[in-house]
Amino acid sequence: MATYQLNVNGQRKQVNVDPSTPLLWVLREELKMTGTKYGCGISACGACTVHLDGIATRSCVVPVSLVGDRSIVTIESMAADPVGRAVQDAWVDKDVVQCGYCQSGQIMSAVALLNATPKPTDTDIEESMGGNLCRCATYVRIREAIKSASQQIK
Amino acid sequence: MRAAVELEKQVQVNRRSFLQVSAGAAGGLLVSLYLDVPAFAHEGNRAQPAKVYPPDAFVDIRPDGKILITVNRLEFGQGVQTSLPMILADEMDADWSQVIADLAPAADVYKDPVFGIQMVGGSGSIAHSFQQYRELGAKTRAMLVAAAADRWRVSPAQCRTENSVVYGPGNKSARYAELAKDAASKAIPEQVRLKNPSEFHLIGKKVLRLDSRPKCDGSQKFGLDLDLPGMKIAMVAHPPVFSGKVKSFDDKDARTLDGVREVFEIALSKGSGVAVVADRFWTAKQARDRLKIDWDLSGIEHPDSSQLWSKYQELVRMPGNIAVSRGDEKAIDKIAPANRIVAEYEFPYLAHTPMEPLNATVRFDGDRAEAWVPSQFQTMDQMAIGEVLGLKPEQVTFHTEFAGGGFGRRAVIDSHVPREAASIAKRLRGTPVKLIWTREDDVRGGYYRPMHAHRVEVGIGPDSMPAAWRHVIVGQSLVAGTPFAAMLIKNGVDETTVEGTADTSYNLPNFHVTAHNPTVNVPVLWWRSVGNTHTAYVMETLVDELATRARIDPIEYRRKLLKPEAKKLRSVLDLMAEKSAPWRRNLAQGHAAGIACHECFDTAVACAVDVSIENKRPRINRATLAVNCGLAVNPLTVESQFQAGVGFGVTQLMARGAITFKDGRVEQRNFDGYTPPYIMDAPVTADVHIVPSTEAPTGCGEPPVPVISPAVVNALSKLTGKRYRSLPLVSL
Repeated sequence: MATYQLNVNGQRKQVNVDPSTPLLWVLREELKMTGTKYGCGISACGACTVHLDGIATRSCVVPVSLVGDRSIVTIESMAADPVGRAVQDAWVDKDVVQCGYCQSGQIMSAVALLNATPKPTDTDIEESMGGNLCRCATYVRIREAIKSASQQIK
Repeated sequence: MRAAVELEKQVQVNRRSFLQVSAGAAGGLLVSLYLDVPAFAHEGNRAQPAKVYPPDAFVDIRPDGKILITVNRLEFGQGVQTSLPMILADEMDADWSQVIADLAPAADVYKDPVFGIQMVGGSGSIAHSFQQYRELGAKTRAMLVAAAADRWRVSPAQCRTENSVVYGPGNKSARYAELAKDAASKAIPEQVRLKNPSEFHLIGKKVLRLDSRPKCDGSQKFGLDLDLPGMKIAMVAHPPVFSGKVKSFDDKDARTLDGVREVFEIALSKGSGVAVVADRFWTAKQARDRLKIDWDLSGIEHPDSSQLWSKYQELVRMPGNIAVSRGDEKAIDKIAPANRIVAEYEFPYLAHTPMEPLNATVRFDGDRAEAWVPSQFQTMDQMAIGEVLGLKPEQVTFHTEFAGGGFGRRAVIDSHVPREAASIAKRLRGTPVKLIWTREDDVRGGYYRPMHAHRVEVGIGPDSMPAAWRHVIVGQSLVAGTPFAAMLIKNGVDETTVEGTADTSYNLPNFHVTAHNPTVNVPVLWWRSVGNTHTAYVMETLVDELATRARIDPIEYRRKLLKPEAKKLRSVLDLMAEKSAPWRRNLAQGHAAGIACHECFDTAVACAVDVSIENKRPRINRATLAVNCGLAVNPLTVESQFQAGVGFGVTQLMARGAITFKDGRVEQRNFDGYTPPYIMDAPVTADVHIVPSTEAPTGCGEPPVPVISPAVVNALSKLTGKRYRSLPLVSL
C-alpha cells in the first residue's frame, strides 16, 4: 500500500492503495466516480478513457503509481467544460446512446479529438474514435454528433 | 424464438396463455406452457381470475406533478425505458415533460403478458406490452376523470384531458397531481376506450430517449456500478474446460494480499470453481491470478474446433430430423447436375460480449435476501438465487439494474451468474457481495451462439427459379435438456436451429429441411436474432447467387420468388429499392451494391449496402434500410435500432469474429482475440425508412441483425467473383 496525491478534475484527492492498481479502479472504487467504465482491462475497448494532461488515455492500464501530478479529467467534469458540454448536448440531441455503457469513453475520446482538431474529417474521426468499442454499434450517430458538436464549438 | 411469435398469435385468439414457471419438485425450474386454460398458482392447481394489471403498480402521480412510470422489463439499449412510458402517457394524456421512468423489480405483476415470465426476449418488449400499457394509461386517465367529475358533480363525459389536466364544464380544471389521491380510491374500470391512432400525441412521434443525459454525464448507474455499505467484490476461477472440477487448490500466495477476505470452492452450474472475495476489484483479480488450482478434467469432453468441423461436415451430408418436408424429396436428384448448386456453409461460435461485463450483487440475511442484477430473465434469476439460498422466490427482493448491453447474454436459462453470486453470498451472510466476471471470464465463459454447418442443394428450373431445395443444418440445440425444450423442440428439431429457413417467405417447391442437434461440451445461448444469424445468411446469399446466375436483378428476383402472402417483405423490398436507387445507379469505381431481405419476429427488413474493399477488408460506405414493424411507436428508436443493429450484425464478418477451441480450451481471451466491429468496420452512414402502418407493433431489437452480413458479402461477391460460405471472413 502507498499513498498518492492525485489531481482529479482540478481537485486534490488522496488515496492509499496498492501501487499497481490501475487508475480506473482508483477512480471507481476509492473515489466512487463510476462514470469511467471497466470494459476489458487491456486498453482494447476505450470504455475507461480519461484525459491525462489533456491526452485521451485508457485508465485501465495506467498504474496509479505512474500518474504523478498529471491532471486527470473524467466524464464527471465534462458538463462544466465548454467542449465537453457541447459534445454531451450533441449526443443527447442526436439520440446517440443505446445501452450507454461505452458512451463515457466515447465522449472523452470525442472531446480530446475536438480539442486537437476542431473541424475533424471522417478520417480524423475514425482515427481518434477507432479504439472505442460500442457493442450496440451506435457509430453512425456518434459520427453525426461529433460533426454537430464541431459546428457548435467556436 | 419463433415459437414466441407463434405463441403470441395464439394468444390473440385464446386470450389466456402462460408460460408457467415454478420451483420444481427436484429443485429445478419448471417451465410449461398452458394454452387456453386458466393460469395456475405456484402451489397446487388453484385457478386464478383473469389477470388485471393494477395501475398503481405502473403509475405514480406525485404531488409535484411528476409522473413515474414503471417499466416491466430490462432497459439495455433497446429503448423501452422511453417507449413503454410513451405508450402509457399517450393514453393517459400525461404531460410528457413531467414523465420519469424506472425499471421494475421482479414481481408477478411485471411478467411479460405473453411469455408469463418477467423477461426480455424474442423482440417482444413493445409487441407484447403495447396493449397492456395502453390499457394502463387509459384506465389511469379514466380514474382521474372520475375523481374530477365527482368533485365537480358532473358526468365524466363532460370532461376532457390534456397535458396532465382534467377540464370540465364552465372553465373548471384540475391537475392530475391534485386528483391523484381521490382517483386512487376509484374502482379500476374493466373496460376503457382506447384512442384511435389519429388521437395519439406521443405514439408514432420521434421522441428523444429519457436516459440520454445520465448516460452522457457518467451519472447513470449500471449493475457494475453498484456500491453498498460493506460490500465485497467476488471473482471466480472457472475450470479451463467446461464442467471441470476442482481437485485441490493452494491459496497461500493469494491470501498474503492485503484485503483478501475469503477463498473457497463453490459449485458451478456444471463442475466447480474457486471463489475469491476481497475488498476491491484489483485485489480480487490479483488474488485469483495467484491461486494454484489442480483441476479434475477427466471424463469430460474436450471440444476442439477442427475436430468439431470434421464431425459437422460428416453430419451435414446425412439427412437429419425433419423440420419441413414439402413436395418430392427426390426431385432434386432428377435435376441435371449442371442445373444444381451445392453449397456448404460454416459458422463459428460467437460470444455476445456486452460492453458491461457480467455481474450480480447478492446479500443473504438468513430468512431473506436482496439481489441487484442487470437481468433479462428476472423471474428465472430470482428463483435461482432463492434455490441456492433455500428461499422462496418472494423472499428474494430482486432489483433490475440497468445493463450495458446483453444481446441475449443476460437471459440464461440456468442463471449461472446469479447462482454463483448467491453461492458466495451464502457464505458471507449479511455482507453484500458483488460478483464480477472479467472480460476474460466472459470471452472464455461459454454460452455462445453455437457453431453451425449448412448444406444446401438447389435445383434450378428452366425459368431460372428454384425447382427443388434440400437443406441440412447442424448445430447444438439451445434448449435441449432445459424446461424450454417441450415448447421449442418439435420432432427432434430445435426450432431455433431452423428458424429463418424452415419458415422462409420464399416460394420453394420440393422443399426439405432437416437438422442435427449434436451434443457438445460447450454451453450455448441465443445471440441477438438467434437462428436467423446463420439461416438468413445462407438463404440470402444463395438467392443472390441464383439471381446472378439467372442474370436477373437481385431485387427483381426476390420479388418473383417471394410468396404472394409475404406482404411485409414486399413492402420493404419496394421501399428499399426506391430509396437506394439513386445511389445504386451511381456507384463509385471499385464499389458494389449488395442486397438482402429477411423477416423475423414478425418484422420485415430489406437492406442495400455500398461496399468497397479497403486494406483487404470490406468497407461499408452506406446502408439503406427499409423496415415494416407495424406501427412504429417511437420512430426515432426504430431508426436507431436499425442503424446500429446492422453494425452489431457485422460482428460475424470480422476477421477475428469467432470463438474457437483447442484441447477443450477457448483460444481467445479478450477483445484482442475476439474482436467485434469498431467505428471503421460498421456502416459509415445508414438511412432507415419505415413503411407507414397502423398494424400492431412488432419487434425491432433483433430484426436488424440478420440482413447486413449477407448484403455485404453479396456486394463482395460482385467485386471479387468469389462466394463467401465460411465465417468469419478471414480473408477476401
